[in-house]
Amino acid sequence: MISEVIPTLLHSVPVDDTWITFDVNSFTQNFWSSTFDGLTFGAIYALVALGYTLVYGVLNLINFAHSEVFITGCYGVFFTLSALNFGPSAPRLAFWAIVGNLVLALIVAIIASALMAVIVERVAYKPLRQRKAPRLAFLITAIGVSFAIQYTIYWWRGPSPEAALTMFRPLPIFDVFGTIIDSQQVVIVVAAIILMIATDQFIRRSKTGRGIRAVAQDPDTATLMGVNKERIIVTTFIIGGILAGAAALFYVMKIPSGVQYNGGFILGVKAFAAAVLGGIGNVRGALLGGLLIGLIGNYGQVLLGSSQWTDVVAFVVLVLVLIVRPEGVLGSSLGKSKA
Amino acid sequence: MSTTDGPTLIPDDSSAQEIADREAKMRRRKGWFPGLSDKWNALPRQTQWLFLIIVVVIAYLLPILNPPLITTEPGNNWQIALAQMSVYALIAVGLNVVVGYAGLLDLGYVAFFALGSYTAAMFTSPDSPYVHIPYLWTLPLAMAVAMFFGVVLGVPTLRLRGDYLAIVTLGFGEIVRILATIIPAMKGQVGFQNVGHPPGTDSAGQTIFQNSNGTPWYWLTLTIIIVVLLAAGNLERSRVGRAWIAIREDEDAAEIMGVPTFKYKVWAFAIGASVGGLSGALFAGQVGFVNNQKFDIATSILFVAAVVMGGTGNKVGAILGGALVAYIPLRFTAIAEFKYLIFGAALVIIMIFRPGGLLPARQSLLAYGRLAYNKLRGTNGDIPASGKVVLQSGKGADK
Repeated sequence: MISEVIPTLLHSVPVDDTWITFDVNSFTQNFWSSTFDGLTFGAIYALVALGYTLVYGVLNLINFAHSEVFITGCYGVFFTLSALNFGPSAPRLAFWAIVGNLVLALIVAIIASALMAVIVERVAYKPLRQRKAPRLAFLITAIGVSFAIQYTIYWWRGPSPEAALTMFRPLPIFDVFGTIIDSQQVVIVVAAIILMIATDQFIRRSKTGRGIRAVAQDPDTATLMGVNKERIIVTTFIIGGILAGAAALFYVMKIPSGVQYNGGFILGVKAFAAAVLGGIGNVRGALLGGLLIGLIGNYGQVLLGSSQWTDVVAFVVLVLVLIVRPEGVLGSSLGKSKA
Repeated sequence: MSTTDGPTLIPDDSSAQEIADREAKMRRRKGWFPGLSDKWNALPRQTQWLFLIIVVVIAYLLPILNPPLITTEPGNNWQIALAQMSVYALIAVGLNVVVGYAGLLDLGYVAFFALGSYTAAMFTSPDSPYVHIPYLWTLPLAMAVAMFFGVVLGVPTLRLRGDYLAIVTLGFGEIVRILATIIPAMKGQVGFQNVGHPPGTDSAGQTIFQNSNGTPWYWLTLTIIIVVLLAAGNLERSRVGRAWIAIREDEDAAEIMGVPTFKYKVWAFAIGASVGGLSGALFAGQVGFVNNQKFDIATSILFVAAVVMGGTGNKVGAILGGALVAYIPLRFTAIAEFKYLIFGAALVIIMIFRPGGLLPARQSLLAYGRLAYNKLRGTNGDIPASGKVVLQSGKGADK
């Protein structure tokens, strides 16, 4: 096949620049629709980013396996909804039946993700903590466990994405500046923001939250003050897993055919970029960073003319943030946030 | 490291002996090859050279010998397998400078490999509309291109904590692949056919460097590895190498002792990148075809696995690790499909149970330290391992 293509391509100097555009016209036309879409994606990134930020705040570790915690949740959603006879086209069910099914899928996803997060912590990180391994060892283990999980899924489910699942047909709700906001976008953004406010309040007000902040500030002193460090660490991983499970439901809602063995990888890098952008270790920063990364990525995509550019743009933003303001937009760390 | 200058750092005989005993005990408990390094270091210099020469000669003869049991045939052509193993070994040597010496985790090393491959392809392949240059010229060019991007990427990120470098390089690795897909000049999946090769024909008029014949490519890469090893060995023993090790062990302490850490980190990153570019160009030449499918992040993790498996910071270990990572899927074709799973799990297991890898780096460090120690004392031998006191005082020796 390639040998047929080659002669036609020979000496064809690529001069036309269709691969990169700077289409301001399309940008102004699609501004509002890409804004709302960007916010929807941003809400999902923010939920995943919270998992990175919390673990980073407590352990000073980039949990590379968090993207696999997220994809485990996606598989939880996929299997639950498949069992409930959801398919490529939206099922004809009553409103409350759909809500019930989705809540069930959400619970399964949360359990799957939280369980995976705990397994990762116990198998990969705890032994290293006990051995007082250097930082590099943690990073290498993190990336190793991430790949081991990814390719276990690959071994089990194969390389192609799972069949698409449509949860419900998005209904138009609002009309803002001539652009329709549908029910799907509203559900995702509202639910994500509620979850994030809940997490924020949990960390600021509850006793466990105080423990998390204490360990983030100074693990040794926290232990001396009677905080059970190991339990706090596991709790942190569980919270990250719960949020990743919720993000998984919304992700499958937004991208029905996105369940794939390596589907979490790029999303993970973007979510981490979001966490850094907002200020790593900062719960509110993760929300802000997620929404910003979602918006910037979508604007970049419309402006530059290909959906592939979202990842490039998000990455460039990460590097720029690291150069200009490495502590992120909101800055402060988990330990310093006030009760 | 300037700590070698101080007179107080030379321990007296009894304490040196005590430390030596303790170290010997610790090493025996931990190592898989107990006492091997001591035995090696105890050999006279000439014997070491003789032994090394024999090893090198055997390495050169491998494609002709085609040893049974070890060979990858009938599943895979042994000569081509060797060529690939040698490319992986070279990659591991380069990545070892970054990860092993300076302790910087580069998860996007495949990007530099890809840059090297594309440099070789775009300047030699007939599919490319640009200027064509002889293949051998693309080798230094690939190094320069990769090094340039290494500096561009390294300067903003190396000022920060090491974790950021890991995620930025991870992103960079993916971006290079995406750009290869969307930029038409890089031809995405169609790629570049008939990448160039070094000149020369044999007596029958046949081209020596054919894609189907791995032997000349293996010899070429092996020669380059030896050159790079000599250079890396010199760097390791130089001021630069000592600075890298100081940064790896404790960056803050190194900075306080006056090591310009940022400068040396950029150096490590750039040197590592250039070796990555070089190996990419060799790979492109050997395979003869470059497209965007070969440079995914999974490959990058394989490279890290090669260095970690062989022994972070040990150049001989890196060669072993690189060769093994390429060899295992080729030899045991039944498990080739699961190589990412296996090497991913291997990373976790090694880090937990044997952080030094197959050949831990400590031995070479020790050898160097003992040499310095003996020089200072004016003796030659008899006090094994206590030289470690000179280089690094006790704490965190096994990192």
